Amino acid sequence: MKHSIALENIRMGVPEPAQDYLSVGHAACPGCGLATGMKLVFQAMGPRTIAVIVPSCEGSIGGVYPITAYGVSTFHSAFEIAAPTAAGIANALKIQGKDDIQVVAFAGDGGTFDIGLQSLSGVAKNNDDIIYVCLDNEAYMNTGIQVSSATPSFAWTGTTPKGNPRRKKNIMEIMAAHYNPYSATASIGFPSDLLRKITKAKTIRGTKFIHMLTPCPTGWRTASDLSPELSILAVETNVFPLYEIENGRKYTINHRPRRLPVREYLSKQGRFKHLSEEQVRAIQAEVDEEWERLIRNAK
Amino acid sequence: MRNLRAGLPKKCRDHEGYGMKEFLSGNDAVAHAVKLCRTPLIAAYPITPQTSIYERLSGWEASGQLKGIMMRTESEHSAMASCIAASLTGVRTFTATSSQGLALMHEMLHFAAGCRTPIVMVNVNRIISAPWGFWADHLDSLSQRDTGWMQFYCENGQEALDTVIQAYKIAEQVYLPAMIATDAFFVSHFVEPVDVPDQEQVDAFLPPLDLPHRFDVDKPGFLMPVVTSEFYRHYKNAASTAMDSVQELAEQVDEEFRRKFGRGYGVVESLLTDDAEVVVVTEGSMTSTARVAIGDLRQEGIKVGLLKLRLFRPFPVRAVHKALCGKKKIAVIDRNCSVGGGGIFCQELKAALFHSKDHPGIYSYIAGVGGTDITPDVIRRIALKTLESSIPADAPEWIMNDEA
Repeated sequence: MKHSIALENIRMGVPEPAQDYLSVGHAACPGCGLATGMKLVFQAMGPRTIAVIVPSCEGSIGGVYPITAYGVSTFHSAFEIAAPTAAGIANALKIQGKDDIQVVAFAGDGGTFDIGLQSLSGVAKNNDDIIYVCLDNEAYMNTGIQVSSATPSFAWTGTTPKGNPRRKKNIMEIMAAHYNPYSATASIGFPSDLLRKITKAKTIRGTKFIHMLTPCPTGWRTASDLSPELSILAVETNVFPLYEIENGRKYTINHRPRRLPVREYLSKQGRFKHLSEEQVRAIQAEVDEEWERLIRNAK
Repeated sequence: MRNLRAGLPKKCRDHEGYGMKEFLSGNDAVAHAVKLCRTPLIAAYPITPQTSIYERLSGWEASGQLKGIMMRTESEHSAMASCIAASLTGVRTFTATSSQGLALMHEMLHFAAGCRTPIVMVNVNRIISAPWGFWADHLDSLSQRDTGWMQFYCENGQEALDTVIQAYKIAEQVYLPAMIATDAFFVSHFVEPVDVPDQEQVDAFLPPLDLPHRFDVDKPGFLMPVVTSEFYRHYKNAASTAMDSVQELAEQVDEEFRRKFGRGYGVVESLLTDDAEVVVVTEGSMTSTARVAIGDLRQEGIKVGLLKLRLFRPFPVRAVHKALCGKKKIAVIDRNCSVGGGGIFCQELKAALFHSKDHPGIYSYIAGVGGTDITPDVIRRIALKTLESSIPADAPEWIMNDEA
């Protein structure tokens, strides 16, 4: 199998964080990709950061008052408004002349692809100076695995018991259509790339968007030690390619994938165990189509 | 509106011959107030009939007369979200809306109060759909009465301007948000002489202010965590206690305003009530009409008085007791209808007066709903009808246009 390659990637030189801003004792499920993703984002952001989180797994894992796992100043706002909340803070900081503090908004796929899409669009249109991180675990996991518009084709969820009949929304293209200065995909399977992208986003003024795939052992019906490997497989199968879009026009592919068959990624997950051969072929066709489009855009 | 203003002088002197007044719409008066309060962060979204507030402030931002940031959000919901976040960061904030926009904000109104943010908002009272329309009706803001916001209902543009300034002073002491309600068109678009105070006067009354910085990167904390039932109860109780102090504070701030600016309003206003056999209770722009109607009735020797409700949240129970206990009858005019519950101002008055032994008979009228006219004749008929009645009915009486 490809495990050895996967683990090599994970050991890519990521420095130990000086301080962990999502501390031990947080309430995430074992093997949570989202928690790892947040830790890495905080590591790149550093202490002069204000974080916005919304009702989601981020809201649940931070602990119940008076205990919190969050080590930077954090505001738990409402579900559909991660972006305008962060923008309100960023603009107030500008008024106060505090230009050395950056604001990062975290929202899940439900909070980004679905209920928060309108407000994210409004902030991107205004190009407010925030970093927006979508932690995409491909369903409403905090409420117990219900379909979102980020759920992939045919995947099982509690509200699509026969499999999701619709294809995953292309959020990166939606963001690109705003001509915002920077959007990038990121993966916890490629931590150096992830850290570089957050660090780069910090140097750019305007609305920066990071789309991060965060495997969810609970919702994806996988073993709790598989999240890093699945993250890598998602990239290497082209299910989740790593790329950047600058100003809605300049596409850069950051990693040349091995183009492994999607079956290798799908077969490890309980949410896809019911798939027919035909459905696997359909997913492969979707993935190939998206990749061809990306290649064209990156030319 | 521009056509209506044609031919009017830009400025005029008031009756006493001192002080310059400008011909301003209610919305323009509100915009002037926001500028005078040096509000650095405004977040807004267009909706008729509020939009000219947003436009006027945008114009001043473009010309540099308004210092700060104007956030042109994609919805009222996001406008309120941004105001909450900016207020928690430590700056004074403002937004304005109407009707459907206020309804869309509903979730964030609770959030603003829960976060104890002293946001000031003007809501231009417009009917809430369906069916569609743009006209004056108080149901939009009254539907938000349980969100934990202060609510003031203003009679005209001057009062709206003055109340915005007062509202910041009150809100920033109790850390509760304040909503100022003005009637669609009757206040928002009517052009009347308005005294725009000097910047120095307003600065002295309401100094530019640094609110507490709730996000401190040097001492990080977690704001609005999940809490236990016990803590939630504590939060609500603390907000309720703060709100309970507002009636007295609003009276003090209004008194101080009166001393400095020569105008004041009280949380309620009593007019000719001492010997009145019936007191007509009004809110918003209908009050001006009622002043005329009651003046006419008095000339005929009919003993009618007026109580104007200006503060609605918190409900000014003490002031209402003082004004109405011992009176024989009151006629409450509601420009709203809570279907199945009647007029909302009347509900609140009944609740406020219930425990007083000498409370008046309370007669409920629904008039002006949907922006229909409340003419002097409507008020006259309400007053006379109340005088003739001996027992108040449980249900409100609707004043329909075709009776007028």
